Amino acid sequence: MFRNRGDVVFWIVLGAVLLAGFGVTQTIANEYYYTAIYAILQATIMAVAWNILGGFTGYVNFGSAAFFAIGAYTAVALDKWLGLPMPFLIAASAAVCGLMGLGVGYLTLRLKGVYFAIATLAMAIVLETLINNWDYVGAAKGVYILTPEKVPFFSSYIQLLFMVMLALTLGSIAISRYLNASRIGRGLAAIRDDEVAAECAGVPTLRLKLISTTLMGAMMGVAGAPYPFFVTFVDPISAFNLFVAVNSIAMPMIGGTAHWIGPVIGALLVGGAQEVITVTVSSELNVLIVGIMLVLFITLAPQGIVGLVQKWMKRRKR
Amino acid sequence: MASRLIVENVEAGYGAVRVLHGVSVHVEQGESVVLLGSNGNGKSTLIKCIMGIVQPTSGRIWLEVDGERIDLAGRSPQAIVDLGIAVVPEGRRLFPTLSVEENLMLGAYRQGARAKLAGNLDFMFEVFPVLAERRNQLAGSMSGGEQQMVAVARALMSEPRILLVDEPSVGLAPIMVNRMIAKIKELKERRSLTVLMAEQNFNQAIKIADRGYIIVHGEIAFEGASAEDLRANDMIKRYYLGV
Repeated sequence: MFRNRGDVVFWIVLGAVLLAGFGVTQTIANEYYYTAIYAILQATIMAVAWNILGGFTGYVNFGSAAFFAIGAYTAVALDKWLGLPMPFLIAASAAVCGLMGLGVGYLTLRLKGVYFAIATLAMAIVLETLINNWDYVGAAKGVYILTPEKVPFFSSYIQLLFMVMLALTLGSIAISRYLNASRIGRGLAAIRDDEVAAECAGVPTLRLKLISTTLMGAMMGVAGAPYPFFVTFVDPISAFNLFVAVNSIAMPMIGGTAHWIGPVIGALLVGGAQEVITVTVSSELNVLIVGIMLVLFITLAPQGIVGLVQKWMKRRKR
Repeated sequence: MASRLIVENVEAGYGAVRVLHGVSVHVEQGESVVLLGSNGNGKSTLIKCIMGIVQPTSGRIWLEVDGERIDLAGRSPQAIVDLGIAVVPEGRRLFPTLSVEENLMLGAYRQGARAKLAGNLDFMFEVFPVLAERRNQLAGSMSGGEQQMVAVARALMSEPRILLVDEPSVGLAPIMVNRMIAKIKELKERRSLTVLMAEQNFNQAIKIADRGYIIVHGEIAFEGASAEDLRANDMIKRYYLGV
């Protein structure tokens, strides 16, 4: 766990954030803050997960919303069927979406680039149609979820969900960071740079791609699992929202895709901006803001914020 | 361990296009064999067949280790690397956003090579001192000659017995080609390698060649038993130089 000083600092920061989160729930009662931060945290997990395949491995997934929604609906179905507690629901969503990711991984055998992106988008549409016709989870008319009135340690259920989401976010960041610096991460980078050359050098490309897609799917499922309990009403339109997919692509792009911190910065920046704009300007302008930010970054700073900082540091060194 | 590479009557192509029409080539232990031919005659396709990137439609490819024949057909490139064959791909094909050191480490991704990674890395840095100086530089930002060194070093990181080199002269200044060929020769002796090199630069390739083949339109047009044999043959002038 502690390979060097950077690792120690990282884990201290992680612990401090978690503690700070807990401290906040004990002092601030206004539920708006939890709702807003929850949305940002959810976007962070999605961005970090997307980046494992999109940034580290170089395969663009346009169907993030499908993984998110299947994670949410797995939780809905198991909650209704067995009434499992939250940790089991999260684990089950991770498993189901991880398997889905594994399936998508086999697509990479035949589809690359734009074709892969289109296939993932198509997968999202097919799955949305399936859920639209599945009566057990409410089909097209949606489903209401009952949440407990009282929870231990916290003054409201939203606060508990906020803490759960914070822990999951930190966990996914830790996984992504570990992966980035590991041998697997180096293999993924080789696939991104030149898949045929990686294959020739003896890198087990298929196995690595499967690890990458499975991990991405599982993380997105984890992000989706608490969602029904957060909004208390889910329908296919909100769960399969294209905005979820667009956000999880835009955030890593804006933050920088090659480094683990990129999607985190992107998610905090874009997610934060969205929440502020929703309150101060209009909830409709959200999408426009992401669009403008994405266009600006892709034209002016294609390597994202991380790339800008690296460039700036290099220049200062000289 | 003595190893030979035997290619028998290989036919291969891409989709409806047939590129190789029954090619037979063999490389004996410790030899340097050159595969000569101009662009589009099937040299790279043959290398890809041996590496398992392109599957032949007919014919056999064998690796013989101490008299025991291993069929390479249907094996994945990773399995072929495991058997002790490595390739320096045409156009170098480095991982441009990774550092020189990371590129070399990726050459030793297989389990067998990982154990000897540190020693092999030191060896490569000794052979190519300029790479040691630039170990943290991004491979994509280096000159063509330096990139070719990285490509050769990356291939050797898996400690292969047989090294396939595909067009090492592409995109290099003549003086760099000269140096590359000399380096490959040096490495061949120090690592007791067996080398099969595809090349269109006849005069450079001949410097390293023990034997050679001339490939024309996907067929072996001439087999030269020695470098002199290749040089003397009139066929080279007709087919290869196109005069």
